[in-house]
Amino acid sequence: MTSRLYRHLGKWLGVAGYMVQYGCIAHCTLEFVGDFVVCKGPSMEPTIFSEDIILTEHITPRFNRINRGDVIIARSPSNPRHHICKRVVALGGDKVKNGFHTHIVPKGHVWLEGDNNHNSTDSRSFGSVPAGLIRGRAVCRVWPLSELGALAPTPSWHVPR
Amino acid sequence: MVSVLMFRALVVGVPLGVTFVDCFGYVARVEGVSMQPALNPDTGITSDFVFLSRWRSRSFAYQRGDMVSLVSPKDPNQKIIKRIIALEGDLVATLGYKRRLVRVPEGHCWVEGDHTGHSLDSNFFGPVALGLVTARAEQIVWPPQRWQHLERRLPEERVPLNLRTASTKSGSIADVFDDSEE
Repeated sequence: MTSRLYRHLGKWLGVAGYMVQYGCIAHCTLEFVGDFVVCKGPSMEPTIFSEDIILTEHITPRFNRINRGDVIIARSPSNPRHHICKRVVALGGDKVKNGFHTHIVPKGHVWLEGDNNHNSTDSRSFGSVPAGLIRGRAVCRVWPLSELGALAPTPSWHVPR
Repeated sequence: MVSVLMFRALVVGVPLGVTFVDCFGYVARVEGVSMQPALNPDTGITSDFVFLSRWRSRSFAYQRGDMVSLVSPKDPNQKIIKRIIALEGDLVATLGYKRRLVRVPEGHCWVEGDHTGHSLDSNFFGPVALGLVTARAEQIVWPPQRWQHLERRLPEERVPLNLRTASTKSGSIADVFDDSEE
């Protein structure tokens, strides 16, 4: 009787072991390699519309290889539990014109702006963002399927400074 | 045959280890004197090793007085260890910052090293976004004679101005921990 119990126990432990193993692989992939992000809000129109799903990779930000023009996902400076999706307009050391002021982006920070100039809360309101908040870089759009493919590059009104 | 076994061990072991470190915590060596006398009290002789807990780091439920590790705002490749002095909405009397009084913005915190004057902290780079805080320092694990739990401690003279009671000039720490969980 007990040997049958042990066999069942062994089988369930095996299943649990596989679940833990695959759970860890999934966690590592989503955390360190890349994941899918559902974008909400109009701030990146017409590049990304609300409810679009984009594929992001987490490798480039970790090695500080973010460039001007990249669309990135970052933790919001005003709420660490929320994420924002914006385009990197300037890196540390660059000068940025914001209304009448000219900011110099500090070292280790980036200047983010949404492609939808008129409807975007970005660095123009909350200032330069520390690069340590950047979580991922958008690679391509995967949903809706009709719009599958690479994202549009920097819009023409982002004047190079 | 051996290489296949090794490969399988890596495929199983690496994600397991990395997930464990990411969800529970890891041990890190502390360099520098900015947290004296709590950490590295003997300059240059031995470095303290602390256990950094990532268990509650996802909810960002940090409290005033926690010793935390955070990504440096000046350099995203560097992690620094400091104490959280104030959370969002608090009014801080700064030590050497460009403004004498600072209201900590939403989603930010004010961090300082215990060793005033020898610390590159919020008094230099201002309020820090909470999203940069990665873990809470729980315990000194090495050297063995310095094994101790790192308490949540807010120096009386650094209590944010909005939390000081009218009765005591230097501030009452009991009010600061009113809403603490532990």
